[in-house]
Amino acid sequence: MKKLMLLGDEAIAQGAIDAGISGAYAYPGTPSTEIMEYIMNSNDSKEKHIRYGWSANEKTAMEAALGMSYAGKRVLVSMKHVGLNVAADAFINSAITGANGGLVVLVADDPSMHSSQNEQDSRFYGRFAMIPILEPSSQQEAYDMMIYAFDISEKFGIPVLIRIGTRLAHSRAGVETHEAREQNEIKLPSEPSQFILLPGNARKRYKLLLRNQALFESESENSTFNSYIDGTDKSLGIITCGIAYNYLMENYPDRNIPYPIVKIDQYPIPHNHIEKIYNACDELLVLEDGYPIVEELLKGFLETGKKIKGRLDGSLPRDGELTPNIVGKALGRNFEATRPIPEIVKGRPPQLCKGCPHIFTYQALNDALAEYTRGRVFSDIGCYTLGAMEPFEAINTCVDMGASITMAKGAADAGFTPAVSVIGDSTFTHSGMTGLLDAVNDKSSITVFILDNATTAMTGGQKSSATGKIEDICEALGVEKEHIHVLDPLPKNHDANMEVFKEEIAYKGVSVIIPRRECIQTVAKRIKLEKKLKELEVQL
Amino acid sequence: MCLHDNYKNMKTDIILAGVGGQGILSIANVIGMAAIEAGLYIKQAEVHGMSQGGGDVQSNLRISDKEIASDLIPQGQCNMILSVEPMESLRYVPMLASDGWLVTNTKPFNNITNYPDIKDVLHEIHSISNNIAIDAEQLAKEIGSVRSANMVILGAASPFLGIEVELLKKSIAGVFKSKGEKIVNLNLKAFAVGEQIAKKKITDDKLS
Repeated sequence: MKKLMLLGDEAIAQGAIDAGISGAYAYPGTPSTEIMEYIMNSNDSKEKHIRYGWSANEKTAMEAALGMSYAGKRVLVSMKHVGLNVAADAFINSAITGANGGLVVLVADDPSMHSSQNEQDSRFYGRFAMIPILEPSSQQEAYDMMIYAFDISEKFGIPVLIRIGTRLAHSRAGVETHEAREQNEIKLPSEPSQFILLPGNARKRYKLLLRNQALFESESENSTFNSYIDGTDKSLGIITCGIAYNYLMENYPDRNIPYPIVKIDQYPIPHNHIEKIYNACDELLVLEDGYPIVEELLKGFLETGKKIKGRLDGSLPRDGELTPNIVGKALGRNFEATRPIPEIVKGRPPQLCKGCPHIFTYQALNDALAEYTRGRVFSDIGCYTLGAMEPFEAINTCVDMGASITMAKGAADAGFTPAVSVIGDSTFTHSGMTGLLDAVNDKSSITVFILDNATTAMTGGQKSSATGKIEDICEALGVEKEHIHVLDPLPKNHDANMEVFKEEIAYKGVSVIIPRRECIQTVAKRIKLEKKLKELEVQL
Repeated sequence: MCLHDNYKNMKTDIILAGVGGQGILSIANVIGMAAIEAGLYIKQAEVHGMSQGGGDVQSNLRISDKEIASDLIPQGQCNMILSVEPMESLRYVPMLASDGWLVTNTKPFNNITNYPDIKDVLHEIHSISNNIAIDAEQLAKEIGSVRSANMVILGAASPFLGIEVELLKKSIAGVFKSKGEKIVNLNLKAFAVGEQIAKKKITDDKLS
């Protein structure tokens, strides 16, 4: 047994390694990125020949994971919450095929949208797919749950969803690890047609999934991750989900809470505990980080039962992540602010790094578009989304991975030309290629800027699937060769670049401009590494 | 792990503040390692992702002899704001306990167009009775290592952390070990400079 200081993400990664995974798949996305990074940097994974590395997107990651599970091996696939939207087709259907080798889908939600475009709650997806969900409340639980998750995945032949949030993902604490389990041997599913979802098979598999709900529920009722903690004051019962339990505890420094508590860290919701607390208490308060899922279920549409308090009745805010203060307020225990923030303190939003190549691309793009009315630039998810801010104000949309190209196409099809897309290299291979194919097939009049900084920059510089392939991909998708340009976005090239931009923006058809320059952060890291290697060489 | 008697009922909640890229996590690492060495519990909520580049960043570092519940520090309960940038130190004052310490660098990181007058910033900092405001970069430069500014600030915070200074020094040696003995010594020297300033402040406060 070892004790390590781990981020929640790292505890999950180490837990998966110790649970005997043979592979891990992921696409980078805050707050889930550090899971794969840990596995990539771990000596364990190299010694055990665990497959790791970045996939082109979350769907390809999910499907590869399902394939490894098909072959009988344990596998982890991790992503951020909106990534599960991309992987949803494979994810929902994996509940029908079931798992062979243990399959754990780790999704990191982002309540309060620290680094995301929404705060959707992945527990909905788990319910939608009708599979067991685990929601750890601490780094230690996150580690322990990985081992358990793989066990029940194999016990029931079902993928298991683990849901964490930014806070747990990015907070560090001591974690005790256990002996690692051996990896599985290759072994195909005992039922050969299990993974052939023709309607005839799918109907059978779906009925099995429905029958298994009772097993999942009984597993959840008997799970040590769910508990009923009695209290003397029955005027209120408190139900906590995942990390919300910690905020409740924080409000009672001596840890003596007068009210009965049900701590839920595993779903389906444990009926036995809920029934017990409902019968014992006058009213209930539900504390959950994310959407009011448990609260809404307990409340019911007609609200005929006891009073259920939470996010829906205003006891807690309807949106945003929970904090000790917010939970305290719902319990009438205020943590008072000692002083206001002085008025002179100004906001300091994130910004593009000094010398970032995107800066020069946006300067030239703004100048190239000066002759047209505004509102023509459809952008995407990445560092370059910061181009929406001052001083650039260069982009007009940011919706989901790949939407820059397809939205520009739709606007152009509507007659709003010129329409411009701005997308990063990694986002392009994640979800931009198919949209570009649509535009080529329709001869839509759009100009696509693929900002190639040779990395997935916003999440900290992970390897991009696009590197070295972009022009070839565009050409193969049917973009005319003479309308594909690779440029170096530097201030000294401003005028020349702007001329090319102008020309292509005026062109009635699909053109692609690739401003190519390595991310300034990756350059700095590379130079540092090269220097270190040189020093080592000298020493040797 | 044996817990030293000195750490009975120990609880230090720290908000580390700065601007993305200023390296507040290196300070957190040093404190965190020392806390573990002392046999204490720690929880440290970090910031990763989009907010890194040039934006305001903070980390909640909690240390206690008892198990810690929340990763986030409750409002008004924080024992120390430890900031590598003056305006950023003020962003978190609602979190600071009335007897908490504000320890900050005074050298502004000015990457916004509406950065306030530094005189006003310093005035606000000094309005908090328990404050130590130092030009850590200047002090680090004087000992020949501008990159050790963060350790000057850590030194200035050291008397109020509730962790033995020797453990903090040991931890600095551990964190910078891979960079060689020279770097370790520069950082230890920087730490000592900060520590002296804090000690002087304590003596002066007692006299006045």
